[in-house]
Amino acid sequence: MQDIKTYLSPRGIDEAVRAMAAGDVTVFCGGTDLSPQVESGARQYTATLMNIRRVEGMSGIAEAGNLVRIGALTTVTEIRRDPLVARVASILAEAAEHFASDQIRNAASLGGNICNASPAGDMINPLLVLDAEVELARWQDGAVATRRVAMADFFLAPRQTAKRDGELLTAVFFARPATNFVACFRKSGPRPALEISTVSVGIGGRLDNGVFRDVRVAMGSVAPTPLRARHVEAALEGKRLDADGILAAVAAAKTDAKPIDDVRASAWYREHLVQVFTEEVLNHVLGN
Amino acid sequence: MSLATEIKFTLNGRPVAVRVPVTMKTLTMLRDLLGLTGTKYACGEGECGACTVKVDGKTLNSCLMHAVDCDGREVVTIEGLKTPEGMNPMQRAFVDHGAVQCGFCMPGMIMQADYLVGENPNLTREDAQRGLEGNLCRCTGYTKVLDAVGSVVEQKCCGRC
Repeated sequence: MQDIKTYLSPRGIDEAVRAMAAGDVTVFCGGTDLSPQVESGARQYTATLMNIRRVEGMSGIAEAGNLVRIGALTTVTEIRRDPLVARVASILAEAAEHFASDQIRNAASLGGNICNASPAGDMINPLLVLDAEVELARWQDGAVATRRVAMADFFLAPRQTAKRDGELLTAVFFARPATNFVACFRKSGPRPALEISTVSVGIGGRLDNGVFRDVRVAMGSVAPTPLRARHVEAALEGKRLDADGILAAVAAAKTDAKPIDDVRASAWYREHLVQVFTEEVLNHVLGN
Repeated sequence: MSLATEIKFTLNGRPVAVRVPVTMKTLTMLRDLLGLTGTKYACGEGECGACTVKVDGKTLNSCLMHAVDCDGREVVTIEGLKTPEGMNPMQRAFVDHGAVQCGFCMPGMIMQADYLVGENPNLTREDAQRGLEGNLCRCTGYTKVLDAVGSVVEQKCCGRC
C-alpha cells in the first residue's frame, strides 16, 4: 500500500519544479498510462503526488520563430485537430488519428506519452521524424533552469529516459519543416482502435526533384526504445526515391530493427512487418 | 488510509464539494461516494468505455481519471443528460431503436454518442463507428447503436432540434 504524504496541484512551472527538487514525486495528468500501471502493480505512487494539469504555460500549440512548440499538457485530441499541425506536420496529426480511442485522446497528454517511454508510444515516432527536442525544466539556484534534449537521444531503455530526477518535461519543439517536406506514418495492430502498436514506421524528408534529402526514419516496437533507423536513413539519403531506392531501404530496415517475441507478436513477424511498412510508407511518400 | 483532500466541482449542473482520497478514481467517487451508479465499472483500464463521462465538454474514461483532477471542472454523467422533458434525444433514440442488449455498456455508449453528435452535427455512420471505437459491447450489438446515432443526426439536420 502506497503511503502518500502530500498532494500538490501547482499553477506554475516554478512551483512544480521547486516541489520536484525535493524528490520522490509522482507526476500525473491524464492518468491514462499511470492509472493502469499502478492498478496492476507495475508502478507505485511515491510520497508526493503531483497533478500538473493546472500548470500554466504548458498547454497549446504555437509557432515561435521557425520553431513549433507543443506544450507537454496538450492532449492528443488537440494535436489531432490543430490547424497548424495539419499544415506543417501532418505526420503528427496522422499518428494522433490512430492513437487509442476518442476518450483516451481527450485525456492523454503529449508529455505523458513521451515520458512513459514505451517503445510503442505513438506520438514519439512522428516526433522523431520531425527531429523534435524536449524541454526539461528543473529548480536550480533559486530559479527555473531548462535544457533541451533531442528526442533521438532521450530514450535510454524501456521506461527509461534522459530526464533526471527533479526534471519536468514542459514542451516539445521542432523546426517548421520545409515546404517540400513529405512524411508518412504507419502502425499495425489487429484492430484500428486502442491498439498498442505491434510495429510502427514513420519516414520523412525533403523531396527535391525526386531526390530524398534530410531523411529521417523512426521505428517503434522493434527495439527496447523507439529509435531512429540510421541504416535506412543512410540508404535513402541523397538518393532518388525510385524502385531501387525503396528496395535498398527495405533491406536496411532489417539491420535497424532488433525486435523481440512478446505477447503481441513474434520477432520474426515484426522483422517481416517492419520491411513491409518501410516499403509501404515510402510508396506513400512517393505518391504524395 | 490514503491521504484525502477536498475538491469542489460542478456535477450535472450542480456544485459539489467532496473529500476524496488522492488516489481514488473519478468512477469510484461517482459511484461509491456520490451514489451515481449510472456510470459503469467494467474493464477498469480504459479499454471498454463503460465508464465514459464528460469533463469540461470532452468525454473520457472515468476509471483512469484521478478524482482530485475533477476539482474546479464541469462533470456530466449519464444521469445529467436528462432534460426537464425527460430523456435527451440520444437516450430516446437508443430506446426507440432497441439499441440495447444486456445494457451494461449503454451509459458509456450514450455519453460518447451524444458527445460525437455535439461535436459534429453532420456525423456520418463511418464517423460514428470511428468515434465509438473506445466503447465495447460484449453482446456485439453495434448495428442498432449506429442506427440510433444516425437518427439523432437526421433529426438535427432537418432543423427540428
